[in-house]
Amino acid sequence: MRTKIRVGVLAGAVLLSGTAGAQTEIHWWHSMQGALNDKVNELANGFNASQKEYKVVAIFKGQYPESMTAAIAAFRAGNAPHILQVFEVGTATMMGAKGAIKPVYELMKEAGEPFDAKNYLPAVAGYYTDSKGNMLSLPFNSSTPVFYVNKDAFKKAGLDGTAPKTWKEFAAVAGKLKASGQQCVYSTGWPAWVHVENFSAWHNLPIGTRENGIAGTDTEFKINSPQHVRHVEMLADFAKRGLFTYSGRKNEAEARFFSGECAMLTSSSGAQANIRRNAKFDFSVNFLPYHDDIKGAPQNSIIGGASLWVMTGKKPAEYRGVTKFFSYLSSTGVQVDWHKSTGYVPITNAAYEATKKDGYYEKVPGADIAVRQLANKAPTPNSKGLRFGNYVQGREVIEEEMEGVFAGKKDAKTAMEEATRRGNEILRKFQAANKS
Amino acid sequence: MEKRVVFRSAWLPYALLVPQIAVTIVFFFWPAAQAFWFSFQLQDAFGISTEFAGLRNFADLLRDEHYLASFKSTAVFSLLVAASGIAISLLLATMADRVLRGALAYKTLLIWPYAVAPAVAGVLWAFLFAPSIGIVTYVIRKAGYNWDWVLQGDQAMLLVVMAATWKQISYNFLFFLAGLQSIPRSLVEAAAIDGAGPSRRFWTIVFPLLSPTTFFLLVVNIVYAFFDTFGVIDSTTQGGPAGATQILVYKVYYDGVKAGDLGGSSAQSVILMLIVIALTVAQFRFIERKVQY
Repeated sequence: MRTKIRVGVLAGAVLLSGTAGAQTEIHWWHSMQGALNDKVNELANGFNASQKEYKVVAIFKGQYPESMTAAIAAFRAGNAPHILQVFEVGTATMMGAKGAIKPVYELMKEAGEPFDAKNYLPAVAGYYTDSKGNMLSLPFNSSTPVFYVNKDAFKKAGLDGTAPKTWKEFAAVAGKLKASGQQCVYSTGWPAWVHVENFSAWHNLPIGTRENGIAGTDTEFKINSPQHVRHVEMLADFAKRGLFTYSGRKNEAEARFFSGECAMLTSSSGAQANIRRNAKFDFSVNFLPYHDDIKGAPQNSIIGGASLWVMTGKKPAEYRGVTKFFSYLSSTGVQVDWHKSTGYVPITNAAYEATKKDGYYEKVPGADIAVRQLANKAPTPNSKGLRFGNYVQGREVIEEEMEGVFAGKKDAKTAMEEATRRGNEILRKFQAANKS
Repeated sequence: MEKRVVFRSAWLPYALLVPQIAVTIVFFFWPAAQAFWFSFQLQDAFGISTEFAGLRNFADLLRDEHYLASFKSTAVFSLLVAASGIAISLLLATMADRVLRGALAYKTLLIWPYAVAPAVAGVLWAFLFAPSIGIVTYVIRKAGYNWDWVLQGDQAMLLVVMAATWKQISYNFLFFLAGLQSIPRSLVEAAAIDGAGPSRRFWTIVFPLLSPTTFFLLVVNIVYAFFDTFGVIDSTTQGGPAGATQILVYKVYYDGVKAGDLGGSSAQSVILMLIVIALTVAQFRFIERKVQY
């Protein structure tokens, strides 16, 4: 049934393209649902209205893994889209596919389109650049984990409502919340992203060797360090004392926070819009807690989300259209609007400054926490981003092992050793398959 | 009893077979052959570089204790699904067979879940039993039991077994009901006159006469549990927590479709294919002997 619908949509798109006439068509496959889907169409329409030569056709292709699979199948069949939105964990796979992708910096140079990677927020662009600083894909929707606190619950527990800054303070606050009868004290969305990937960056610890894999596919995981083990151990201890409730691998915890069930939450900054709409209590958005005995902490956090990749084998005129569209997407007006309406971070420095100047962050407190946390310090090789092959599987391994710990079936040390070993096997396999 | 239609034409029977054979080749043999071929290769997701890897994919799998553990969860899962599915539907069918008033309404209601897509069934059960908002969870918690399948592997397994079984009961029910209705009334009545109680009548007359149906359903249910249940799992536990509901077919789907590891996924599907062939052969050799046609 689903494939039938897909074929139908494609056929419809093909029919429409027949009537477009002299305009050069650019196909953009994306995974944005609901309100974000409307926003993506608005972006395409805005670009189409701004000039006559090119026409961007935005096509929803299912969730991230599905649209990537569809694009891979289309590439194998010789009709890939021009632009493909790929989630952050697919970055290494896309990069490894040298014959399938056209790096953005190369594309811009060939088309003579003005482009400077320095205009983009370093913590965002860094995720999608190679070790030489060349931008390979255009950042699109980026977020980072932040720390949400239910101020009403804090007051009920006799606290003044300021969020704990360190994990030590966190433990004290959590104990008081529990004592005040709070059923679920703390929960987290995206456990591996928050408590392994961002934990590492935030404390300037490597997730893997070779600059977290950015410098080469011969990278190895380093998540069995004493600091990593201690952090997971701490969470397991919270779980045992009823201070931490595990909610699942995705964003399940967010609903538990805005319903008032859980008093504290670490999850994507992109959850803000939803929380703001649903929470019937006063809340604050804060920096992630850190361990104050780890040197250099807090460093800066890393992003999640997706970027836009350009596929190979298209006509020069079409590539020119892609570069014009990318410039349009990066323009300050478009970025400011995207940032305000979606809650994703702005991708350019200019857009951030413009939003700040316009007084938006005073009106909506907390909306700037994500950008400020990403730009807390200049990114180091440990906090620039990560690039691990087959990381869809790698992240799953980490989550499996953490679940074992939180369920009380494994100790943190064994689990993190296991995650490292199993993760490295996946990396070696990717390395062997992507030698050239 | 045998009816035989004789074709005069030499080519007509073959021509009539062509569509079916074509469908089987295109949608079954061809992909199976491809999976077999891919299982010996190491390939990046886009298929740009392909390299013959010999048995490496298989060796990697067999060294991975988590993959071996998923054999165990698959065995537990399929046995539970097949056994409880058959037992419950047999009970329901025997009861529905005895209902005099409103039989049609009962039957329709019992057949209904079969029209529900596996993914929808999964979502439905996941909602009922959701750790924070589930209505059943609320009742269980009130009873003082800690229900949290997001973290407790056994509970997660129970949940997917319930969802998968619930979906299959209708199918089994239909076959059992048809089987029950084809048992001659005279046999049961004669036994009743001889003084056999309802339970004795069931076990000595009805159940043996149902054995071909039961055997057929056993084979079908095992195949269902092995192959058709990944929709249920994908929409509820996604193989978690900590791999507790990672059954073989779900891992094939996850590694191949979601993670783009074609070689590994193909090797798993070849292994899975071998298991199901072996199981089916075993069922026909050993269990079928006990079936009375």
